[in-house]
Amino acid sequence: MVSAAAIAASILFILSLGGLSDQERAKRAVWYGIIGMAFAVAFTALGPAIGNYWLMIPMIIIGAVAGWYVAKRVEMTEMPQLVAALHSFVGLAAVFVAWNADIERRRVLSALADGESTDGFSAFAALVATKEPAELMFLQIEVVLAIFIGAVTFTGSVIAFGKLAGKIDGKPRQLPGGHMLNAGAALVCLLLAIVYLSGGGFWTLLVLAALSFFIGYHLIMGIGGADMPVVVSMLNSYSGWAAAAIGFTLSNDLLIVTGALVGSSGAILSYIMCKAMNRSFISVILGGFGGTAGPAQEIDGEQVAIDADGVASALDDADSVIIVPGYGMAVAQAQQSVSELTKRLRAKGKQVRFAIHPVAGRLPGHMNVLLAEAKVPYDIVLEMDEINDDFPETDVVIVIGSNDIVNPAAQDDPNSPIAGMPVLEVWKAKQVFVSKRGQGTGYSGIENPLFFKDNTRMFYGDAKASLDNLLTKIG
Amino acid sequence: MKIGTPREVFSGEARVAMTPDSALQLQKLGHECLIETGAGKAAGFSDAAYAEAGVEVVKSADKLWKTAEIVAKVRPPNQKEAARLREGQTLISFFYPGANEDLMKKVADQGASVIAMDMVPRISRAQKMDALSSMANIAGYRSVIEAGNNFGRFFTGQVTAAGKVPPAKVLVVGAGVAGLAAIGTATSLGAITYAFDVRPEVAEQIESMGAEFVFLDFEESSQDGAATGGYAAPSSPEFREKQLEKFRELAPDMDIVITTALIPNRDAPVLWTKDMVEAMKPGSVIVDLAAERGGNCELTVPDDKIVTDNGVTIVGYTDFPSRMAAQSSTLYATNIRHMMTDLTPEKDGQVVHNMEDDVIRGATIAHENEVTFPPPPPKVQAIAAQPKKEAPKELTPEEKRALEQAAFRKQTKTQAAILGAGGVLMLLLGQIAPPSFMESLIVFALACFVGFQVIWNVSHSLHTPLMAVTNAISGIIILGAVLQIGSGNWIVVLLAAISVLIATINIVGGFLVTRRMLAMFQKS
Repeated sequence: MVSAAAIAASILFILSLGGLSDQERAKRAVWYGIIGMAFAVAFTALGPAIGNYWLMIPMIIIGAVAGWYVAKRVEMTEMPQLVAALHSFVGLAAVFVAWNADIERRRVLSALADGESTDGFSAFAALVATKEPAELMFLQIEVVLAIFIGAVTFTGSVIAFGKLAGKIDGKPRQLPGGHMLNAGAALVCLLLAIVYLSGGGFWTLLVLAALSFFIGYHLIMGIGGADMPVVVSMLNSYSGWAAAAIGFTLSNDLLIVTGALVGSSGAILSYIMCKAMNRSFISVILGGFGGTAGPAQEIDGEQVAIDADGVASALDDADSVIIVPGYGMAVAQAQQSVSELTKRLRAKGKQVRFAIHPVAGRLPGHMNVLLAEAKVPYDIVLEMDEINDDFPETDVVIVIGSNDIVNPAAQDDPNSPIAGMPVLEVWKAKQVFVSKRGQGTGYSGIENPLFFKDNTRMFYGDAKASLDNLLTKIG
Repeated sequence: MKIGTPREVFSGEARVAMTPDSALQLQKLGHECLIETGAGKAAGFSDAAYAEAGVEVVKSADKLWKTAEIVAKVRPPNQKEAARLREGQTLISFFYPGANEDLMKKVADQGASVIAMDMVPRISRAQKMDALSSMANIAGYRSVIEAGNNFGRFFTGQVTAAGKVPPAKVLVVGAGVAGLAAIGTATSLGAITYAFDVRPEVAEQIESMGAEFVFLDFEESSQDGAATGGYAAPSSPEFREKQLEKFRELAPDMDIVITTALIPNRDAPVLWTKDMVEAMKPGSVIVDLAAERGGNCELTVPDDKIVTDNGVTIVGYTDFPSRMAAQSSTLYATNIRHMMTDLTPEKDGQVVHNMEDDVIRGATIAHENEVTFPPPPPKVQAIAAQPKKEAPKELTPEEKRALEQAAFRKQTKTQAAILGAGGVLMLLLGQIAPPSFMESLIVFALACFVGFQVIWNVSHSLHTPLMAVTNAISGIIILGAVLQIGSGNWIVVLLAAISVLIATINIVGGFLVTRRMLAMFQKS
């Protein structure tokens, strides 16, 4: 029965992920996932030798209420934090379960050595009791892996959460010693693992976890705010691998399958994000932008400001408009105003579309969710590859709170730190308005020549305030 | 500081260097404004309008020159005006220092500073004070109007009850500011417009204004406008020959020809020769915007309009901006106002003549008893050099096929190598690992493959829901905790219980938030 439920659950999970290829199908697909999870939990919990229901059921109920509460309450702009927080739970659970696995292994071994009966042990312990020594050796390796990955995921996600929620400074920050410190900690972890495998006590696992906690903390502290899409998808991947490692420990195929699905999903997302920034995964994880190859191109010209009246009259004359949102839109909570602007312009018969760069925002697909929340129809929200060729025929482009993803230096200046990164070619449009708080540079600290172009006008001010001001001018 | 604008003394000059609007802006900079009575009359600005804008109307030129610390005017000063300049006074006007060296020396000796509006360097930052461009724009517009005035037909083609009217054909030679303005005006009146320029990079600008670029098939390292600050340079005799040949071919077809070709500090090149004029149809019009420098057309008479024997009208006026005095005064006054903004960085009415500033330095031709012309080259290039474009090599179909095959073979090789290495690794692992582990490993590997295949198809816009749903299902780790919670050891029970709790938060929170997000995606 349990294996049948496991197969059913695995298939339902795969269908659930596969359904996300299209917005309409996705709404059905999420139910597959829910049913699959219900199956898996119910059949496992009702399986042989589980026990302690008096504790388990209240825990599930409390957890469910807490989860429900969080899911109802969270603002869409806070999605990145929520995702990071949920990753940390998986990581922590993996560490606990792995510790438990070792404790149970020791208990079973000592019970067997004393010739005691194993009745009354947990379902897992009963399984351990049937294992051969070689299998136990592998079990120990798996425990080490699960603790290491789980612990890194836990602290890493906590730090990512803090940075995304603004509770920790978003700037890259490292202790003296930098990555050598991480490498040293990893090396000690390896030594501890060897000690543990050759019969070391439980303390090895505790120290191992502590060191892994440190690595997770230090690694993510060294990564800046705008690289968070990569970090979050990487942690997503890690949480999957941690689950898979636990699956190996427990010889549970459903855990292995699910962990592998989640792990590969996160890995692909990280790959897509890195590709969109034209940076290797390693360079993102090691933090900071690489050294520049030479002096950046001189930028000539000045940033010309414009007021709401000017933007309104340009929009009035335009037939086609493309809006490029970025993290700044999320920060200013301007998505409702953007949606209202879109509605009014569309009512006047203008073509309005959105161009989304893969790394816009702090989470893959973040902008899409924010726009969807503000009731912008998803069929006018397009990806970079779909819309990049249309800029030359566009009358007005409005850039709201994005900087590096519309930086022409990525194409023109081989010395720029972001050279070669695919960018939205907004400067090819007839006119570009940039809504921006002030004259500063973006996250990467790179001057953006777009702001100095002849067809660019700077619409300074808080994105939401400026858009609301603009809305009053557009009837 | 007191900024004064006298009446232009040059006969026929209708422009004025200050308008009531610009005066308001100047006062915001902390300056006081003066104007000679009647200065704006020809441009349509009455003394009353100035007075209303807070400008002091001064009765005589003499008094104005005496009171004002800064004199802003349009035309270069004549001898009498120059004599009025005194020590420490600043003059802002067109000056053409290259042609007026004696005057410039004289003024410098008197101790006055002169900012020549025609010397504003051509860099993006200075565009707002580029009076040459704003005047050229007006000249370009006016040239088409002037041509239409002398042309006996419609610009646009029409089919009327009284018969069909063909559209006029207009050729614009030289696509600088004036040329582009002329192109824009001619096309918007409905004429079929052609344009020629020696700088091939302006083809795009010409086409964007709606004209057709006259393509010259000539093998020569084409001129790079960037090297000369955006202006044309003289061309080689062979090129010129080819160019004239092309014009000769076009001449009989063209109804209106507008020539705007100028090379800095030289006489205008003759591009429209006598025989071309003779080849044109009677009633055709030539407007020569280069008349002041001798004209692009061989027959042009500066400051006059003539009709040739074969009925072609040649307009050689040199005062196009002055013919639209209201418009040109507005723009010129705005240029001056921008110059004053740069000269008054603190907006406190105190002029800071910063000779370190590229724009101010470039435009200043006399300062502190010295002639400061010509200026040193500006620190920044006016226009970025055109990167030499190399056309990607066209591949023959065979080469393409060969390349594709090679790429395919390479891919096959790497794939085979990876599979082989993976296989060997598995075999080795199989030697030491217990069978139960290997079974799990198979499941793991297959799940990874399925995962990769499935996730690649996920739409980019759904990446956030994807992360939320993977979050939810990674809560499957609850199974591990459930399996351990029945243990007899209280530590195990405690840790398992916490794990159950947080994994449930993950599952419920993840799924609910995914559902919430997906419900928001609406089609239009």
